[in-house]
This record gives sequence, structure tokens and C-alpha cells, in this order.
Amino acid sequence: MEKRFWNEYQKEIADDHFFYERSCIRQTFFPGSEAAFLRILRDELGKDICDNPHQHTCTGIGYHSDVVPFETTMTVVARLFSLMTECGYENYVPSCVTSFGVFSEMIEKWENEPELLAKAQQYLWEATKREFKIPKNIVHPSDVIYKFRFDLKPKMKYQLVNRFTGKPLRVVEHIGCHYAKIFPERGIGKAEFPYVLAGMIEAWGGEVVDYPERRHCCGFGFRQYLVQENRGYSIANTKKKFQSMEPFEPDFILTNCPGCAMFMDKWQYTIAEMEHKTFDKQGYGIPVLTYEELTGLLLGYDPWQLGLQLHQVQSEQLLNKIGIAYNPDEKYKGVSGRLLPRPARPECLKVES
Amino acid sequence: MKKFGFVISQGRQLNFDEMHNEKVEKLLELVPSYRLCIGCGGCTAACSAAGFTDYNIRKIHTSFFRAQYEGLDEQLKRCMLCGKCLLVCPRGVNTRSLIINMRRVLANVQPNTFVRKGAEE
Repeated sequence: MEKRFWNEYQKEIADDHFFYERSCIRQTFFPGSEAAFLRILRDELGKDICDNPHQHTCTGIGYHSDVVPFETTMTVVARLFSLMTECGYENYVPSCVTSFGVFSEMIEKWENEPELLAKAQQYLWEATKREFKIPKNIVHPSDVIYKFRFDLKPKMKYQLVNRFTGKPLRVVEHIGCHYAKIFPERGIGKAEFPYVLAGMIEAWGGEVVDYPERRHCCGFGFRQYLVQENRGYSIANTKKKFQSMEPFEPDFILTNCPGCAMFMDKWQYTIAEMEHKTFDKQGYGIPVLTYEELTGLLLGYDPWQLGLQLHQVQSEQLLNKIGIAYNPDEKYKGVSGRLLPRPARPECLKVES
Repeated sequence: MKKFGFVISQGRQLNFDEMHNEKVEKLLELVPSYRLCIGCGGCTAACSAAGFTDYNIRKIHTSFFRAQYEGLDEQLKRCMLCGKCLLVCPRGVNTRSLIINMRRVLANVQPNTFVRKGAEE
């Protein structure tokens, strides 16, 4: 009997009743993404998802920078799980890939070393008088969107097709290292064939670009970024990726990690300022979207409500290609209806408005 | 250019499409036995000059082969051409000829006319 290898590269993703944990940096740099995810799950898919206001950091950035010790991280993670337990949920969905890696690591540790679990329970009790249960199912929000990608497709107003040429849009997908490289079995397609974003792109009409440095780090890497003098190494990684994808002329980059989205977006500005180099033909840069932003755009959500104007590389060129309607006058309109100050224009990277 | 407090690090990866290896081709033409080098470092271990300076023949010819020529001409001047490297090479590479011809190729000097074409000096 033929063995179906691809089945071994799948993971279990819960159907409903999720406990959502927000990301620290995404709320600053991509503030529309998390709201879009909650809207997609609640309004489009009719799922139950809890957005608890008492949540806090997972300590991921401090932990990977050797600033926060393991025991502290373990206790903080335990407190987050206690919030989930208190709300009566068992399926944990952390918005950030770093958090996803931290939670996966702690669960792996607790499963293999029960004395550490006892320690975490003790520390949490001593500090907060709280108790927790380990989640039954822990998935990244991109897994959830991936699972329901064909359910979302009929609701979508747009497809990943260039309306001028009729050809599929060429998309670079970049998956965060902490999604599948630390614990491969917790990612769809494992570390060898990560398919979580590629599955969305293919389902929604786009074409995935397979370029040589596809699995290379985005350049974040925590320690090499946090010290200013080391940032040359961080940006060199990102530049290497851009140089590798440039000949394939991608229409945009899709990421599932906050760090990757941030660095691949912001470093394009920095490289342009330092070396007068952009990696697209027109000089606007390659737009970088999160998977929630992309899903929201295709579902017909307002690009400015999704927060696309807060990206470094502006996305009007991409919106025009897909045929998404937008009002340029409302680009910098705040939630209150008042116009916000316009950002300064970069010297080298072009922006439309 | 704006200053960000850091510069973009240069990669150590070799891009063969962008490599200017005319000099390497020229050297291989002059010293065909260099193709046999396995980079064991015997030449460096036996080197007289290496005992007194930071001269490192393996590092030099590896850099040359990677078309990274910067500073090599100055370093090559430290060689005394004693030929010990020639005696220890397990692959029979004519290392002394290699050093002389690296200097010639880097300086764009034509090889001696009395040397038979294709033969190693």
C-alpha cells in the first residue's frame, strides 16, 4: 500500500473555542492585524475566540536575548495559561511566532521534565495564587487561517490575480524560524516543507516564488539586532534575501511572524537610504503583508482600517494590481475621524501619497 | 547618506556569477599542478617565513583562488623562495612556482619568454 508521506507533515488544529494571546510588537507595527484576525474568526467563520484583557508579554524577546532567565519565562507562561484555564478554554492561539516557540518549548520541557512543571506550578502559586492547565491544542493563528482557507475563499471579493495581465500574483512567503525550525512537528509541513503560507497563496489564486534563500532568516535574530553595532549583521541577512528574490520580481512578501514582517519592511527603507538600492523595478520597494492583512484585503476590508499605511513600504501599487478600492484621502484618518500628521517622505524609497 | 550607527556587513559567501576570476584562470594556465591542491596546509607548516612573520601561504592561495586579491601582493613579498613547501607537498604542487606566478599575475607581468608555454617554471 502506498504510504502517504504528506500526512506525516500535518498537525492537529482545533475547530473552535480558541484563547487568543496578543503580540507585543505586532500591536505597535501592524496594529490592524490582530483586530482583523478576531473579525475574520468571529464574523466570517462564526468561531468563538476569547480576547482576554489581562494578558501580558510572554518574555520571548528578553528570553532569547539572555536577559530574562528560564524560570521567570516559565512562570510568566504559566500565568498566561492560567488566564486561559480561568476562562474555560483549552485551545491556545498565540499571535506571535516567538510566543508560539516559547510556549512550545515550555510544554516540551514540562512533558519531558515533570519536576520543572511542578516548579512552574509552585512559582505561579507563590506569586499569584493561580493554577493552570497545559493547553490541549496550541496553534499559531496562521494555522487557523490555513485550516479555514477554503471556507474563506467563497467569501472573498478579490483574488491574488494581477487585473492588468490576468496572471497570478507572484508571492514570496516567509515563515518565522520559531514557527517550525525549533519544533518541526508543530508546523504544517514541518521545517522541510513549511506550507502554512504557501497553502493560503495557492488557495487564493497566487503563485509562490521559490527562490534560493527562501528559508534564510529575515535578519531579526534578537541578539544581533538589539545591540546597535551588531545591526549590520542583521541587515546583511535581510539584504541577502532581497538580492536572492529580486530576479523573480515578486509582487509582495507574506509573513506569519511579527519580527520578519517588521524587519523585511523596515530594512528596505534602511538599505535604500544607505545604498540607494530598492529591490523592485519602480523604486517603491516590495510590500510586506501579514497573513491577516492579506486575508482581510481579499475579503474586502478597508486597507486603511487594516493599518497598511503604517508599513514602511506603501502598498498602493499592490492594491491597484489586485483592483482593491481605497480612498487616498482617508489614508491618514484616525479612528476618531481626525486627520493624523503625515509621515516624512523617505529620500530614496518612493511613496505614492 | 543617512547614518544609522552601523554599516551593512559584507557577506563571506562567494558568488561565482559575479567573481572576476580571469587571474585565477591565468594562474591555473601557468601552474596546472595547483588544481591538485587539497588545502592540507603542509606548505604553511613547513614555511620558513611563517616562523618570523604572519605569512600564511595556504591562506594566500586560498584567497587567490576565491578571487579575493586585496593585500595579497604585499603578503607574497615575505616569501624567501626557499622551497621547503615544495618538498613537503603531498600532492606534488609546484608551490614555489605558484608563489612566483601569483606575484606576476597580480602585477600583470608577462611570464618569462624563455619558459616553454604550458610548462611550469
